[in-house]
Amino acid sequence: MTDVAEWVDGNDIAGPARELFTVDLTTARGRCVNCGRVAMIAEAHVYQRAPGIVARCSGCDSVLLRLVRAPNRAWLDLRGLSYLEFPIPAAATPEVMPVVA
Amino acid sequence: MTRTRRPLTWRVAAIAAVREESVAARTLVLDVPDWPGHLAGQHIDVRLTAPDGYTAQRSYSLASAARAAAAYAVSTVEIMVQRIPHGEVSPWLCDIAMVGDQFEIRGPVGGYFVWEPSRPEPVLLVAGGSGIAPLMSMIRTRKEAGSRVPFRLIYSVRDPDTLIYGEELARRVRDDHGLDVTIVYTRQTPPGWRRPPGRVTAQDLAEAGWPPALAPACYVCGPTGFVETVADLLVAAGHDPAAIRTERFGPTG
Repeated sequence: MTDVAEWVDGNDIAGPARELFTVDLTTARGRCVNCGRVAMIAEAHVYQRAPGIVARCSGCDSVLLRLVRAPNRAWLDLRGLSYLEFPIPAAATPEVMPVVA
Repeated sequence: MTRTRRPLTWRVAAIAAVREESVAARTLVLDVPDWPGHLAGQHIDVRLTAPDGYTAQRSYSLASAARAAAAYAVSTVEIMVQRIPHGEVSPWLCDIAMVGDQFEIRGPVGGYFVWEPSRPEPVLLVAGGSGIAPLMSMIRTRKEAGSRVPFRLIYSVRDPDTLIYGEELARRVRDDHGLDVTIVYTRQTPPGWRRPPGRVTAQDLAEAGWPPALAPACYVCGPTGFVETVADLLVAAGHDPAAIRTERFGPTG
């Protein structure tokens, strides 16, 4: 067992993602374009030691999303996800639609 | 919890109090005006800005009990910071920051690694080192909310000097009905300790955890390698992978 891993959980992008989304991205379920695995973004492997944040599929390791933040803008690349499914409580009125890449 | 229907931005927090928790960890009590309330297990991002504009950002779990926003007569929350040598953020938070100092935070965030008192199933908490912080929030929340759901905590630490929340856990085992705590020392035990030092094993999880037949909710938090190992052991023991929630943190400090 090693304690020095390069990645952390998708939980870690909850904060950066909440700058862009009005709901929690980490409990959204996404489908990997490469292997078809459907999992919560919280379960992705997140690499932060880069100019941006890279989330990879916990099944096949392919890139699900990339998020780069600059002082006055952000870039979001969702090419590795064929869809995102957001839980939205029935009582709440959704103000954003699920993002489809 | 108040659902904020706006993208989240940074806000200023001020250090209201400091408590040393072990040789390498301290609690920071933060005064955050208009705190919206949080769920047990959520975290905040902390951003420090240098005079030249350079910024460094880290995530810290909230360790204080979850309460509704209205319950905050004084808006304070707690984080626990472990000093990572040569880190960019933790040495400042651990060694230099004083009461009254301010920095920016963003949160609460994260909806995955959370426990809510309305949940009926028994709970197994497994912590590695400073991974105890969000699990401590769950233990404190359980008591404040009056939940009777039985909790078992298995807490792996290197040695007695690095044990965090030791006194509070001992007190809660006595006072919080339905809380069991098992400490696993990996390198060095207190004198006369029954279990020899070593990493958490399948036997530890079987003896101090819940049988899979009880369908407990399992929360595992710690360094990535620790969490991988424990989650694999729980699945191998027959626990439903969907009932195991994990939070891993890397070596950056």
